[in-house]
Formats: sequence, C-alpha cells, structure tokens
Amino acid sequence: MGNKVKGWIKYFFIYILLILFIVPFLLMIINSFKTTQEFVSSPFSLPAKIDFGNYVAAYTKMNFLNGFANSLIITFISVVLIILTSSMASHFLVRNKTKTSKVIFATLVASMIVPFQAVMIPLVSIYGNMKFLNNKWSLIFMYLGFGQAFAVFIFHGFIKNVPLEMEEAVLIDGGNKLQSFFKIVFPLLTPVTVTVLILDILWIWNDYLLPSLVLLSPLQRTLPLSTYSFFQSYSVDYAPLMAGIVLTILPVLIAYVFCQKQIIKGVVQGAIK
Amino acid sequence: MKVKKKVLNTGVFITFMGPSLFAFTCVLLIPFLYGVFLTFTNYNPIKGTQSFVGFTNFVAVFTDAEFLGQFVKTLGYVFYSTIFCNLLAFILAFLLTGNIKAQNFLRGGFFTPNLIGGIILGYIWKFIFANVVTQLGNTLEFKPLMTSLLTHPDRAILAMIIVTVWQYSGYLMMIYIAGFVGIPKDILEAAQIDGADGMKKLLHITIPSMVPSFVICLFITISRGFMAYDLNLALTNGGPYGSTRLASMHIYQKAFQANQYATGQAEAIILFIAVAIAAVSQVLLTKRYEVEA
Repeated sequence: MGNKVKGWIKYFFIYILLILFIVPFLLMIINSFKTTQEFVSSPFSLPAKIDFGNYVAAYTKMNFLNGFANSLIITFISVVLIILTSSMASHFLVRNKTKTSKVIFATLVASMIVPFQAVMIPLVSIYGNMKFLNNKWSLIFMYLGFGQAFAVFIFHGFIKNVPLEMEEAVLIDGGNKLQSFFKIVFPLLTPVTVTVLILDILWIWNDYLLPSLVLLSPLQRTLPLSTYSFFQSYSVDYAPLMAGIVLTILPVLIAYVFCQKQIIKGVVQGAIK
Repeated sequence: MKVKKKVLNTGVFITFMGPSLFAFTCVLLIPFLYGVFLTFTNYNPIKGTQSFVGFTNFVAVFTDAEFLGQFVKTLGYVFYSTIFCNLLAFILAFLLTGNIKAQNFLRGGFFTPNLIGGIILGYIWKFIFANVVTQLGNTLEFKPLMTSLLTHPDRAILAMIIVTVWQYSGYLMMIYIAGFVGIPKDILEAAQIDGADGMKKLLHITIPSMVPSFVICLFITISRGFMAYDLNLALTNGGPYGSTRLASMHIYQKAFQANQYATGQAEAIILFIAVAIAAVSQVLLTKRYEVEA
C-alpha cells in the first residue's frame, strides 16, 4: 500500500516536471495559429480557428527557405570535411608515435578549453583584413578549424583499439596508405563517426555568434541569423514571430523523432569521453 | 632507398595531417596567439593604431567598475545555474533509472530543449515571461507574476538562470543516467543484504561511485555558463539597464560596438583563464579520484 502511494507520487511528480519542460513548445505551437490580440488576451486557450496566415507571413518575411538552404549547405559540407580530415589526422597520430605526433595531439587537446570569445576578435581582424569575411566558404573553413580538436580527440581514442594487422594486409597486397585507411579503418570507425556527426550537426546548425560575425549580407544568413533579424525588425506583431519559431525548430524536432536513440547516445558519448 | 622512404613519409604526413593541421592552425592557433599579443598593444583597426603598450589594457580592465560588476554577475549566474542544473538533473536521473514506465519517452522529453539553439530558446522564453506568465498572474491575481521578470533590473538575471536550468538539465540528466547505469549491480545488492535502506545506499554507494559524472557535469555547466551569449542576447539583450549583461556580451560590445578591440581582447583572455581554471580543476579532480578508486 505504502509503496503504491509512493509510486503514484513519483509518477505525478515526474509528469508535472515533464509538462513544465514541454509547455513552452506547446504554447508556441498553439499560439502560432492565433492573432496577436488573441495571444495577448488569452495565451492558454486553443486558437479560435486554424489559420496558417502567420506561417505564410513568417515564411516570406524571414526568407525561410533561403536560411534553411544556407544552414543545410554549411552544416553538411562542414561536417563531412571535419569527419574526413580529423579521422585521417587521428589515424596518422595513432600510427606514427613520434615526438611531433605527441606535440600535435597535446596541442589539439589543450586547445579544447579555449572559449570562442578568446579568438573571436583576432579572427575577425585577421580574416577581415584578408577580405575573407562575408563568404560561406570562409565560415566552412572556420568550422573545419574549430571542429578539429574535439573530433581528433574522439577518433584518436577509438583508432587506438583498431588492430594494425588488417591495415598491413592491404599494404602487403600492394595498396597504399590511403586505400588501407578508407577500405579498412574508416568503416570500422562508424560508431564514433556517428557521435562526431551528431554533435557537430547540433553545434553548427544552432551556432549563432560565429556566423553573425562572418556572414554579413542578408542572403547568406543561416536560420539562427534570419530568426534573429526577423525578431529585430518585426517586434510588435507577435503572432508571425511565433510561427517563425515553430518553423525553425520543426526540422530539428522531426529529426529528433526519427533518430532519438542515436542523438542521445551521441551526445552522451561525446560528453563522457 | 632511405631517401625515398623519407619522401614517402612526408607525402603521407601531408595527405593525412595537412588539411587538419592547416585549418586548426589558421583558425584557432594563430588567432589565439595573435590575440594574446593584441592584449599588449593599443590595436584599433578604425584608428589604425597598433603599438606596444605593456599591461595598460589589463590595468584598464581591472579598474573598469562596469566590467568587474558584470564579471561578478557572471560568476553569480554561473554559480546558481550550475547548482540548480545539476540538482535537477541528478533528481531526474535518479527518478528515471528505476522501475518506471515509458522511460525512453520521458528521458527524450526532458532532453528536447538541449537540441535547440540559445537564440530560439531565448525568444520562446521572452514570450513566456512577458506574455504568458503575466497573463497567469492577472488571472490568479497573484502580484509577483503580474509584471514580467524581464523588466526588473534586480531580478532579470533569474530569468537567465531559469532558462539555463531548463536548457541543460535534460542533457546533464543523460550523463547522470549513464553514471547510474554504470554502478555494478552486485555492490548495490550486497548493500541491500547488509541492511542498507534506500537513503543509505544513495549516500554511501551511489553518490561516491558517481564522482566522475559529477565532475563532467560540473565542468560542462561552468564552462558553458562563462561562455553564455546567444541566450543572453535573445532573452534579455543585457537589459534592463545593463543588469544582465554577462561577460561574453560585454566583450562583444566592447570590441565591436565601442571599438575598443584591445581592451575587449584582454577581457576575453581573462574569460579564457576562468574557463581554463575550471578545466584544469576537472582534470585534477578526475585524476585524484582515479587514484583513490
């Protein structure tokens, strides 16, 4: 009896907390169908009628498709390049245990504690002087640089356990090191590649500060940047702003529904390594 | 033969290490070193100055009452968000590891805020604080809720802490769950047989064996707290009256709005030192624990 009551209290407590966690999202969705007036006077009621007018307004005013495409291109190319370059570098560092390798690895690991704010001013100054700003390729190159340390750290730990014999077999058969890496080693890395993939996608997709410094023209904006400027320019009319929020988080939530297990696993693996 | 091998090795080095090393050096290493150098100059791209000035910038930072005030505010924000994030995350993890229905659904639900960037989260909560909570206060005729938290200079920082706790608890919860799951079952069973009740098990077995999880989570919350920018920008934009302007935002504005690049960079280096201290303590704590275990 006592245990049963305890159990009920536990469920009650957990679900109250869950509702508190989820309610902000639900409120955004419900209110995105209302007029601003309806929202201000009764934010908890269901919309009087389902009207997609706010979505149409948000979609056109924030140039949603453009922002979405920019985010997608930048995230995709950066992540693929980070994974390729960092896995190859880690492989080299593990297989060539020289003093140079050790110094390089130690420098990479140490650099992980440098907050972005500590390099932001010189970065803008150097790349601004070279006229490399306002260009998505510069941004991708920067992600490639900022993404190295963590990805190398994760791959390095995993490659240490890949048996050397399999690679040597390819080399003996006349293959070169690139072939042995891509045919044997890279496929074996899949579990950690997924971890790096997920963490880097979340990081780059949601990043605001770096793209806000690099991408200056409106047409190049990624989604967080177009959301920001949308909120700056239409701060009086709330309803379309909420539709804009829902539009922006929808792709992430859809991806989450389908890959929840991998995403959570990836994020936890990345943290405890 | 020997020469050929050396050429081959250089080739392999360039193919495998080249792209990684090049990007890392250009984007992180050089800007960081250049950044340290800049703090000793009066660098200003608009005036075109860049000469050596010694420790002038650091003296300016440490005599800048505004920065010091905001740095203390940042410390407070980091302290309270770290405590509450970890407390809530630990409780959630504890509740969601036992015998409970719909475990994955619940875990997934609590984790959701962590998937979304600070800018969007900040805007969502701006609506919640400004419109939803005030409406609730009016309906319930409960005075403290009638005006938005975001309009009180002395309390707006609470809004930052609330949203931070909401954002990171689910993430930390997952790390604590991994810690709970990692505790060997036989130890817990042995304690049970020896007559330890739930509370005793928690205090004497569970918490001590989860020290590594605590260290990771504390480091994550502390370092992210020091670096908080996006949420700050979208939720309060430093206001009202600069009362919630945290260190990162201060640095950004110093450099890019007030055009005091060198002073801003000196502040950034101080922020780096704060994060580095947190990181080094993490490593030392983990090492010490490993020796004891």
